[in-house]
Amino acid sequence: MIEATALTKRYGPKTAVEDLSFTVKPGVVTGFLGPNGAGKSTTMRMLLGLDAPTSGRAVVNGRSYADHPAPLHEVGAMLEARAIHTGRTAFNHLLALAATTGIPRSRVEEVIELVGLREVAKKRAGGFSLGMGQRLGIASALLGDPATLILDEPVNGLDPEGIRWIRDLLKSLAAEGRTVFVSSHLMSEMALTAEHLIIVGRGRLIADTSVEEFIREASNNTVRVRTPDAGKLREQIAGPDVTITSDEAGVLTVTGLSSEQIGRTAHEHGVALYELANQQASLEEAFMELTRDVVEYQAVPSASRPNVTEGNAA
Amino acid sequence: MSTTTAPAPVSAAATAPRGKVTQPRVLKSEWIKFRSLRSTYLSLLIGMVVMIGIAALACWAVANRWPSMPAMEKAGFDPAGRSIDGFFFAQLAVGVLGVMVVTGEYSTGMIRATLSAVPRRLPVLWAKTAVFGGVTFVVTSVTALISFFVGQAMLSSQHIQTSLSASGVPRVVFGTAIYLTLVGLFGVGLGTVVRSTPGGISSLFGALLVLPLILHALPTSWANDIGPYLPSNAGQALTTLHPDPHTLAPWTGCGVFALYVVASIIGGAIVLKRRDA
Repeated sequence: MIEATALTKRYGPKTAVEDLSFTVKPGVVTGFLGPNGAGKSTTMRMLLGLDAPTSGRAVVNGRSYADHPAPLHEVGAMLEARAIHTGRTAFNHLLALAATTGIPRSRVEEVIELVGLREVAKKRAGGFSLGMGQRLGIASALLGDPATLILDEPVNGLDPEGIRWIRDLLKSLAAEGRTVFVSSHLMSEMALTAEHLIIVGRGRLIADTSVEEFIREASNNTVRVRTPDAGKLREQIAGPDVTITSDEAGVLTVTGLSSEQIGRTAHEHGVALYELANQQASLEEAFMELTRDVVEYQAVPSASRPNVTEGNAA
Repeated sequence: MSTTTAPAPVSAAATAPRGKVTQPRVLKSEWIKFRSLRSTYLSLLIGMVVMIGIAALACWAVANRWPSMPAMEKAGFDPAGRSIDGFFFAQLAVGVLGVMVVTGEYSTGMIRATLSAVPRRLPVLWAKTAVFGGVTFVVTSVTALISFFVGQAMLSSQHIQTSLSASGVPRVVFGTAIYLTLVGLFGVGLGTVVRSTPGGISSLFGALLVLPLILHALPTSWANDIGPYLPSNAGQALTTLHPDPHTLAPWTGCGVFALYVVASIIGGAIVLKRRDA
């Protein structure tokens, strides 16, 4: 269980996290989502007591992180940048961390086995690939068999097989009743891994919702209509809350009306329809829509954004 | 990647006993870290080789020149001091290692793992100080002893050697080890304050080597007043048999240098505790 209450972090005039409150519950994977620079890593560092909040409070399993007598057993963490001395072997890295709370050597060997690093455990971490580094990070997070896991961008740099491995691992950890809090800037990845989402932008909370609900809201909002009589139909369905665009002749993309309403109107006016389909906005697009106003570094103003949508929400 | 095994045979639940973080455990952790880096062995080895090598070379040179040496120079000759002169170069190796014990964690990001495991933070600094200080004192003591005996062996051809039982000689030999250990700990302290390897190394050797040079630019009376209290001048009082008029007494000097070191470590402790990692 993680509770953030009015968490705020300022660096001089720049506010990285502002008045952020949320709760991460055990038993499900909770995705922490936001564009780059949204304050995800800063928030995670505050949860771990690495950065002190300017105001507000972060509590993990009932107390602030630093107040736990055996922190590794409460919270397993993996932070974005590799927190590993490049000159040390994976085994010695884990052994040194384990020693701080008297975790035995056998457990170190166990987690190395668990993440699949046995063959390279005696090699210096400086030569590790990004994926091996991520696995080592996961190993250190699991070392103390913690009830809560905080992982910053764990799928970064992994190959598809590694991504699936992490996804399965996180789900099974949550299924064991643990609190699993995972940050990412990839909506599509979180849709597959998480059950709950906490979305932030520019350090503020944008949404705190289940993935299911997010998908439901994201989809079902545009209708694609193909008709030889586009001009006529357009006149009939136009209205104050209705947006109609057309990228190709004979095809209308309608927002603000359901397919049922459009179909009925077309029928009443004798307009033939060749195609009438609900368009699901992709999750990625819904996410971008949601965070568009808050992304820190934006490319060109998005006038040229294609408004053709893909139905790959699942 | 090539090291993967079957996807997720998860039984992360395990046999880990729920121990608390204690100072002895953090000490053990820091010991594992210290002994598991090549740079530790490399720095200490370089320090040893250089110091013993210079002892052999410097004493051999004196023994060679001795028959033709002016009487005044002969009178002021300090056989113990000459044999441990190499400490001047050994301090570079030990000082850099001291800085890197801390800044190596910042430059690699390891510090975040360290402080996540020990969120109270200060036990980490105490443990680093103890592990580094303990090992360095043992290694530099052995090195100073070997340097001394090698040097005296060279000098014995002219029968101008001294012995460990002579008055003040043990203080010079082990004082050198104490001085070198304090230099390393000064590095630990300054490294904790500045958090960067280049910053730590330049502040350490700025204080030890550059400050005395700046002093030469000042009027002599000032230089004589301030000079003895500069970190390196104070600390090196321990390494000479017959202090000259403008140095502190051996143990007073050692105490003054130790104060600088303690101040740097306290400064490091404050920064470590207060600032974001």
